[in-house]
Amino acid sequence: MSEKDIHHGHHEHPKGATITDHVHYQDTEGVIRFEEDHGHHDADRNKKNFIHTYIFSTDHKMIGKQFLITGIFWALIGGGLSNIFRMQLGFPDVPLHFIGAIFGDKWAPNGVMTPDFYNMLITMHGTILVFFVLTAGLSGTFANLLIPLQIGARDMASPVLNMLSYWFFFLAGLVMFISFFVPSGAAGVSWVFYPPLSAIRESSVGSETGADLWLVSMSFFIVSSLLGGLNYITTILNLRAKGMSMAKLPLTIWALLITAILGLLSFPVLLGAAILLMFDRSMGTSFYLDKIYMSGIGAMPHEGGNPILYQHLFWFLGHPEVYIVILPAFGIVSEVLAVNSRKPIFGYRAMVLSMLAIAALAFFVWAHHMFVTGLNPFVGSVFVFLTLLIAIPSAIKVFNWITTMWRANIRYTPAMMFSVGFVSLFISGGLTGIFLGNSAIDIQLHDTYFIVAHFHIVMGVAAFFGMFAGVYHWFPKMFGRFMNRTMGFIHFWITFVGSYCIFWPMHYQGMAGVPRRYYSHGAFESFNKFGGLSEFITIAAIVVFLAQLLFVFNYLYSMYRGKKMTDLNPWKANTIEWTTPINPGHGNWDGPIPTVHRGPYDYGKDGEDFIPQTVPMRPGETTHHG
Amino acid sequence: MTLSEENKKQANAQRFGLYLGLASIAMLFTALTSAFLVRQGAGNWLFVNLPIQFWISTVVIILSSITFYYAKAAHASANISQYRLLIWTTFILGIAFILLQYMGWLAMANTGVYLDGNPGGSFIYVISMVHVVHVVLGLVLLAIVSIRTTIKSHNPDHLHKIGLMATYWHFVDFLWIYLFIFFQIKFF
Ligand code: HEM
Ligand SMILES: [Cu+2]
Repeated sequence: MSEKDIHHGHHEHPKGATITDHVHYQDTEGVIRFEEDHGHHDADRNKKNFIHTYIFSTDHKMIGKQFLITGIFWALIGGGLSNIFRMQLGFPDVPLHFIGAIFGDKWAPNGVMTPDFYNMLITMHGTILVFFVLTAGLSGTFANLLIPLQIGARDMASPVLNMLSYWFFFLAGLVMFISFFVPSGAAGVSWVFYPPLSAIRESSVGSETGADLWLVSMSFFIVSSLLGGLNYITTILNLRAKGMSMAKLPLTIWALLITAILGLLSFPVLLGAAILLMFDRSMGTSFYLDKIYMSGIGAMPHEGGNPILYQHLFWFLGHPEVYIVILPAFGIVSEVLAVNSRKPIFGYRAMVLSMLAIAALAFFVWAHHMFVTGLNPFVGSVFVFLTLLIAIPSAIKVFNWITTMWRANIRYTPAMMFSVGFVSLFISGGLTGIFLGNSAIDIQLHDTYFIVAHFHIVMGVAAFFGMFAGVYHWFPKMFGRFMNRTMGFIHFWITFVGSYCIFWPMHYQGMAGVPRRYYSHGAFESFNKFGGLSEFITIAAIVVFLAQLLFVFNYLYSMYRGKKMTDLNPWKANTIEWTTPINPGHGNWDGPIPTVHRGPYDYGKDGEDFIPQTVPMRPGETTHHG
Repeated sequence: MTLSEENKKQANAQRFGLYLGLASIAMLFTALTSAFLVRQGAGNWLFVNLPIQFWISTVVIILSSITFYYAKAAHASANISQYRLLIWTTFILGIAFILLQYMGWLAMANTGVYLDGNPGGSFIYVISMVHVVHVVLGLVLLAIVSIRTTIKSHNPDHLHKIGLMATYWHFVDFLWIYLFIFFQIKFF
């Protein structure tokens, strides 16, 4: 107690924690004290009760698990919604009576869903998966779990803000969930929320209360992301262990750092767009609205606004957002590929620089989503050029991943399979990006199923693969047990093959001009020939969804029954998260934090299979993996 | 690593985190003012001459930054009674700023510039409201910091908190000056 008493006066040491390195730990905690120095934590800190440990936890590892489990919950909902609307596209004649039972009969009279309900489903599907699952679920989980563990810190810079970040996310989810059950239903104006549809309540059922709740929920979500991101950046830049220079950071950490910077600079812009939209909806302003005549109502009072303004603001976030989704997966995949190839990642520095280049470019390409908005063709050509530039750093990354595996003695684990699958998906989806980046081609393909195919492969499925790789790989770190391998492989193969079955055919539909966001294509003679293909896609989507239930089962089963971890470093990895006890307490290391001496990718160096980051450099040894 | 070195590391981390927070607030206003600019360029724009209340509020918020500056200096030289006086003056000036903004909105409405009228007026309302939200947030934090630092005994750790608070306060001050000048310029 003595050293601490000198410093923090009246504060008690949390006796429940398994920490022996008192001095260090208390100091890390000092950060908390700056913020909540009201004296109440003197009370019963040593009675670490259930609420403290599992609910309002400030331990980054627990918060990471909270993000993950909440993310899985939302993934099941978001994925489930897609199966329902795929039924409408593939089998419009099959009545689905459960819709009425869950959401109310008016949404599906006689089991046939209404167009409004269809719109609600696609909107919620997109919003939930892009933001709740692939942003919060992915970044939130792995930033929380890995940042302190891999840089050698006791916790985040501000554990309290970190906890708040989770609870704002939770609140966002709660509001979104409730919005399903208000009388006018959830928002139904698509995840990009374009005005005037989103700005005028009377314009559709999905523009009513549901849209208000969507905006409220997204505002909470943005606050959550900002608090989280702020913490991640601060922690990485200020609290690294001794010897952990930036050039020795694992690529996961680089990826999470760049992700957080992107979020910090782009989410406020979405908030600005949302604020103006809320005023247009509720206060009668005309930021995004010009003279509009609505049948049944007459002339609307708005005048002088411009809906395209919203698109600029939205895509200024929206494009960086797609990289917020994919960058953490880049990091995870790089790490898992190197560990399981038993080879250094090829071109560490190129990997970092290419991520930085992608992140920087991400802010200058937003108008490629707007080629058909009447954009000045010259401006359009500038955006074509900048957009196509992204192909260069992307290609570097793909090249380096493949080279890392080249002639490697690959160890096949579910995590490795998902990482290899990620590379495949990123190539397939990235190539179609190059088509779309050319405005002349995009004018034909915009708002068709080609777009749906492009971004589901390159972002949706690929980011999920990164997430799966991360979960299979770090599950032992989270729970001290392994996930079942066999189930993991089955999960991989069904998901991998199934996802291509879902999204590959969509390219052909898109090239033929089949528009996205249509409730039914049946009225169009020329699209009828795709009826069989649509059925096939729907069946594949259902199969893939069922395979995810296997994953969830494996996850829950392994938490309690999985093979126990006995070796501290089961994957023989170099990074320092594997030097903590099997079930690390709050504070992570029992003793002092290890000192770091070398980069994270010394695999197969000088005849040794692996050399952990904590091993000092031998005399005369060079860091040849630049 | 010695204790104080460790503590310094955290103090730096907090300051750094604060700067990041300010950067994201700056991005919010960048977005709003770019929208303002783009919309102004599109024509059909009502140029609003800011009411006198906004001029006064600008002077008030600058004054509050000055009193905050001296409050911090007083605390640094352990002159607590003067610190107390100055920090609460800052607080009161902050409240005055909010009231003046509110009166400014009323004055705008009195001259026929309504929130739901031409975007030229709406933008000023909304952007200044979003700014006031940040001032209110600052006042809440300022109240907490002031109460803690004036009631509890003198503690070197206080100066650190006051420093962080001052940075935030000067930031919202500069932000308003930027907005104020921005609103006055006819860009197109
Ligand atoms: C070489 C790289 C890429 C290029 C050139 C590219 C280009 C494009 C273009 C031009 C569009 C707009 C198409 C349209 O709506 O008409 C688009 C849509 C999209 N891209 Fe990419 N892309 C690339 C990689 C990525 C990556 C890596 C992601 C995500 C991780 C991504 C996610 C998306 C999403 C989500 C949309 C559609 C959003 C929507 O309209 O709902 N793209 N892409
Ligand atoms: Cu984009």
